[in-house]
Amino acid sequence: MYHKEKSLQIKNSASALYNNLGVLRIAPKQLTYFTVVHANVVNMVSASWDGLNYSHRQLQSKEPNVATSTSLIMQAAFCALPSRDLLVVTSQKGIQIYESDGSIMVYWHALETPETPTETAVFARGISAVWENYICVGVSSGAILVFDIPSKGSNITLSEVLEEHNESITDMAPECSGSQECIANLVTADDGGNLCLWKSGEEFQVLNKIPGFEYVMSCSSVKLWKGTVVAGYGSGQIRLYEAVTGILHAEVNAHARWIYSLDIAPFSGLLLSAAEDSLVRVWHLSMTPETNTVEVAHLHNECVTDTQICGAKFCDGDGYAFAVTGYDLSEIIRYVQP
Amino acid sequence: MSVRTLPLVFINLGGEMLYILDQRLRSLNTSEDNSEKGVWSDNDRSRVMNDIVGTLFNRAFMDELLKPQHLYSHRTMKTVLTRIAHASIMRLNAASMDRLYELMVMAFKYQVLLCPRPKDMLLITYNHMDAIREFVQDTPVIVNQVDETHRKIIEVYSSFTEGEFQLLRQTLLIFFQDMHVRVSLFLKNKTQNPNGRFALTTSGPVPHGSDVPGLIRLFDCKGREVRRHGFPVAGSYSSSIRPGSFGLQGPRVIRLGLNMYTMSDTEETHTSNTPSVKADESPNLLAKEELNLLARLMGSMRAEDRVEDEAGTFRVHLFYTDEEEDEEEAGASGGAEKPSFDLINIQATQDEHVTSELALIAGQFTEAEENSGNHSDNREDLLAMMDDL
Repeated sequence: MYHKEKSLQIKNSASALYNNLGVLRIAPKQLTYFTVVHANVVNMVSASWDGLNYSHRQLQSKEPNVATSTSLIMQAAFCALPSRDLLVVTSQKGIQIYESDGSIMVYWHALETPETPTETAVFARGISAVWENYICVGVSSGAILVFDIPSKGSNITLSEVLEEHNESITDMAPECSGSQECIANLVTADDGGNLCLWKSGEEFQVLNKIPGFEYVMSCSSVKLWKGTVVAGYGSGQIRLYEAVTGILHAEVNAHARWIYSLDIAPFSGLLLSAAEDSLVRVWHLSMTPETNTVEVAHLHNECVTDTQICGAKFCDGDGYAFAVTGYDLSEIIRYVQP
Repeated sequence: MSVRTLPLVFINLGGEMLYILDQRLRSLNTSEDNSEKGVWSDNDRSRVMNDIVGTLFNRAFMDELLKPQHLYSHRTMKTVLTRIAHASIMRLNAASMDRLYELMVMAFKYQVLLCPRPKDMLLITYNHMDAIREFVQDTPVIVNQVDETHRKIIEVYSSFTEGEFQLLRQTLLIFFQDMHVRVSLFLKNKTQNPNGRFALTTSGPVPHGSDVPGLIRLFDCKGREVRRHGFPVAGSYSSSIRPGSFGLQGPRVIRLGLNMYTMSDTEETHTSNTPSVKADESPNLLAKEELNLLARLMGSMRAEDRVEDEAGTFRVHLFYTDEEEDEEEAGASGGAEKPSFDLINIQATQDEHVTSELALIAGQFTEAEENSGNHSDNREDLLAMMDDL
């Protein structure tokens, strides 16, 4: 169904972090941007669609002169809003927001870090653009920061702090089907496997809370599509829930190790899952609203030999191509349908 | 990232160091006659192990490590581990320590990478501690130190969730990133590929708490299963095996962290650098925080002021290269140029001042050491043994 294409080389290897691959397709420029985190650096590659031009850029976490370990980056992700695209980088120090090509930093929010380390680590992780003009970022305490984004310029403000989760935020995602009918437009996940569904606005409303398993198991990656939450867990399982009711639609024993990344191609309903077990799997989701059921079909496997995968994303809305990163790998591997 | 990495890092790296030293010292034990030259007796080996374990598990040192703090650089780690190794009568030159450090780190990297569940890093740590207890089993005071540390580890880590363990593991993986030193034992076992990367299997038992992949279950809105079907897994997995014990004792079940050198020849501690091995950080100053940490860690270790004085101590060349007749050989650069593996030998050189130095060193020993034998006899025997090969 897919075959391997020429890999993109990156300047450093990828670190073992959840969802460690950002992809942004810029149709007008016929370019795709990729971001991969390595310790305290974000590696950006810009690849032209004709495969002829590549350019690289590196963004460093603030204060590059301190010992590497105190300025580690947890995640870098693109946020596509109606008015603009931005790149958000979260670290132990705080949150940086850049223009999507990484050229200018437009905003910096510092996390409150105590002088001496406390019992638990402090960091920001979990990034999502939310309809219509918000960017949400999670924090290790479980809090979620909501930033109000103007259509241009750097007058970004912290609009709200949401406190529903009690454990570190792992990932979050917007409703990606493009449908305005879905009530919930943000899902957030934490280290305890708990999920929260939100409706955005001047004041975000929590619509539903879906608890984790009986035994505590982290949800490392989450997606929201057509009112269905797709969640990947450390146990290797994928679960599909109806967002507003919490009804469990499907349960897939997908991987033998911790899932690190999920992605959905919204136009086709393809689902991508990748884990430490070296496997990337492609599935197809289909909803039947009349019976309120969801079908999950397995389509394809790719094994990245001797690699613990840490990022996997579709490169386009149909799922025609996808890209993969792995721990200690200095390349972005690409697969495409013939 | 995680602020709870240091205790696990030191115990596991220290454990690997002890496995390697034990194997190297045993390989020199070619005679039971203590008077033969160039031989380390069981007694000497035992003393080295006791000294190192006693220092590593020193209460003040462990308490310092157990405080929440960030993981620091390889350079700090190597400095402290060298200090720990030099708590014994052994002296390792810089090249030996570099190679030893690479071996230790690659072994621990392998263990952390292949760890089935993040929580199983504790089992790996306990495997090391169980083996360490055996090394010092004749010295109850030191066994107690290990037990006490074990209890503190259990106390600190028992409340961690899987997510917190995974964060700890991710922090360690960043620490190990881009290290691909080839280790001959790993290459022989096929755990490592010729390019220095570890082999990951897509078969075997799944971690405890996971299900074997291959099943899709669909439910209706009342929660009843309406359909189930399988999918091709591209691997061959089996159900998880029973979980190991997280207590002071008990079968740990997982084999990561066990002494892989005991079954193999003396040949098996070869390393070779691949060109892709990242050099240590730039020679610029350690960041201020690291220097503070180093000071605290050194201060809390048992007093040992013979480290800097190389003359008259027992030099041990763990890793022998062709040019090794010179002292302080720039082992790093030599190793990188050679495509073949470095041979490993322990040599010890005699020095005229060794008697007086030994007396001073002996004075540094703890009470436990003083109980373990008659020092003057051992000094003479050791002197006789420490001739040039």
